[in-house]
Amino acid sequence: MKGSQAIVKCLQEEKVEVVYGYSGVAIAPFYDSLGETDIQQILVRTEQNAAHCASGYARISGKVGVCAVTSGPGATNLITGIATAYADSIPLVCITGQVNSELIGSDVFQEADITGAAESFVKYSYLIRDAADIPRIFKEAFHIANTGRKGPVLIDIPIDIQQQEIGKFVYPEKVNMRTYKPTVEGNAVQIKKVVKEVARAKRPIICVGGGVHLSGAVEEIRKFSKDNQIPVVSTMMGIGVMNSFDPLYFGMVGNNGRPYANRALNESDLLLMVGARVADRAVNRPDLITENKILIHIDVDPAEIGKNVGPTIPLVGDISHIFKKINEFEDKEDLIHKRKDWIDTLNSYRLSMQEDRPKIDTDKYVDPMKFINKLSIKLPEDAIYIADVGQNQIWSCRWHLVKQGRFLTSGGMGTMGYSIPAALGAKYAAPDKKVIAVMGDGAFQMSMMELSTLKQYRIKVGLIVFSNNYLGMVREYQHYSLQDRYNMVKLHETPHLDKIAEAYDMKYLRASTQNEAEKLINDLMSADESVLCEVVVDPMDLSK
Amino acid sequence: MKRIYSVLVENHAGVLSKVAGLFARRNFNIDSLVVGETNSRDVSCMTIVSSGDERTIEQIEKQLNKKLDVIKVKTFKESMSICRELTLIKVRYNKENRRDIMENCDIMKAQIVDMSKNLMMIQICDTPERVEVFIEMLRTISIVEIARTGTVALTKCRESEK
Repeated sequence: MKGSQAIVKCLQEEKVEVVYGYSGVAIAPFYDSLGETDIQQILVRTEQNAAHCASGYARISGKVGVCAVTSGPGATNLITGIATAYADSIPLVCITGQVNSELIGSDVFQEADITGAAESFVKYSYLIRDAADIPRIFKEAFHIANTGRKGPVLIDIPIDIQQQEIGKFVYPEKVNMRTYKPTVEGNAVQIKKVVKEVARAKRPIICVGGGVHLSGAVEEIRKFSKDNQIPVVSTMMGIGVMNSFDPLYFGMVGNNGRPYANRALNESDLLLMVGARVADRAVNRPDLITENKILIHIDVDPAEIGKNVGPTIPLVGDISHIFKKINEFEDKEDLIHKRKDWIDTLNSYRLSMQEDRPKIDTDKYVDPMKFINKLSIKLPEDAIYIADVGQNQIWSCRWHLVKQGRFLTSGGMGTMGYSIPAALGAKYAAPDKKVIAVMGDGAFQMSMMELSTLKQYRIKVGLIVFSNNYLGMVREYQHYSLQDRYNMVKLHETPHLDKIAEAYDMKYLRASTQNEAEKLINDLMSADESVLCEVVVDPMDLSK
Repeated sequence: MKRIYSVLVENHAGVLSKVAGLFARRNFNIDSLVVGETNSRDVSCMTIVSSGDERTIEQIEKQLNKKLDVIKVKTFKESMSICRELTLIKVRYNKENRRDIMENCDIMKAQIVDMSKNLMMIQICDTPERVEVFIEMLRTISIVEIARTGTVALTKCRESEK
């Protein structure tokens, strides 16, 4: 058996269904072997998107996303995708071809030190020096990517290693790494402390982050919140943990979040930070957050606890395991009565702290708030909604209502162009669900080459482009901070999206008034093919 | 605050750059870094001296532990450990200062390990503070070049028995 066949065998052992990638000489032996199997291969149009596709797939399937590209520029193109996954802790195994082992270090054609270049964006990386190591390394890589704090693992494989004969293929049953033993079970003493504090608190609140999705702990958190009558707020990555219609859910925190969510956080006497890293976008001044409250920080990564804020009670472990244990404690005497005042107060904030939106001329433009709201009500309960980066992301965070579905976005890295490839991957993981990607005309032009991939593989997703011929989020920054000096933000000569759609044989819908928007949503809902929707918005509109 | 990190790592290619890169990327100081094999061949020991506030010190330890090539991290204060640094110092000498140099060496338990007509090489192996003192004394004479290993350290025996 050759090295390349051994790699493919490893992917089969790991039950990999799909590999996203781009070919090239240094990865050709691998694809040659992969082609002989029934693993689906998806040829994207630029390498970065292979990683985004794998990310969308991983987030919906809960499995490791796999992408494979060639050496040199193929590998360096992948880095932004890897970094995007790393920032949001998405499990990926990224395979890169490499030049012949003997030539490494001599700057030959299409050589790049990819393990070195990607070091700060991977959970771990390997450069395979002997094909006999392939089974062990792949076993480790899949384990590392999808346990503990999840993240991308890079495997760099020189072409001669892919061609090397290996003896008998034996896939290891277990991983045995002395340096890697993530904590799963939470410390029992700490869990007891948490339960005690929760029972005692008068104004408790839970702030959920992306870690809850990654741990598969959505049901546990919903149960915990309901049983204990504790209101919940979320970070951007935590959207969808709670049903948006849950009366105990009070929206997203942070400077782009809801003022009443921030107020709830500030006025609580007990804050449970769950799978969130208390980063600058969610908490303005982490150092002040513990001033008047007990902070319980629950995370699988011990390095996150105390990084931005010192907790009163740290608790390391897998969120799903921990909350299963916490939910077993039965001491719920009259909590509904006890927490009623606090919840009433938060509801009064919710009613009184509604924000004003800028006035939109709805005969000329579509109001994105109304549009997203209508859209999310019309969408099936389990729909997958992917927001890109920019004003569309903030609008989506604030106005999209999640029921049983998912909300995906590049929260940590803020990578423009994420939504189309992520939708492509998400749709593969959930072919029966409606998948919608929402973006601005800037992000669209960063990944519109993937319309061709959608067409080639007959993948049906809805794409919504808010078009305003501006990089709206930066324009908004220039409005607030640079006295309206708009520079490098005007997208002159944006291509005609109808013609783009035509070029790719895609259905095209357009709305530039509120009435047209309603019709567009109905048409989009009934479409059984990929649709490119252009929604014209006011260039001077603000994200909130 | 000064801290010593004794870090056991897998003896693989590239591990040094991963650990050093971590310090650079996260804006942690490195006062000194020494790497060498341990009693088992596949394990290296890195002794890293760093400084920072309490949160930084804690983060350094946690981030080191997060690296998959790191087997074990021990953090300790200088006072809990025996620290040594080996230093070679080349000085220019002449008839007038030869005696002085030799006397200084005697006082500080340094050895003269090599010499030529005008140059002398001195070796000192001592605590980082005493090495510093010795170098200061020689500065008044004429130092040509210095090579320092950086600090190696192990926790004191009674700390290990705790």
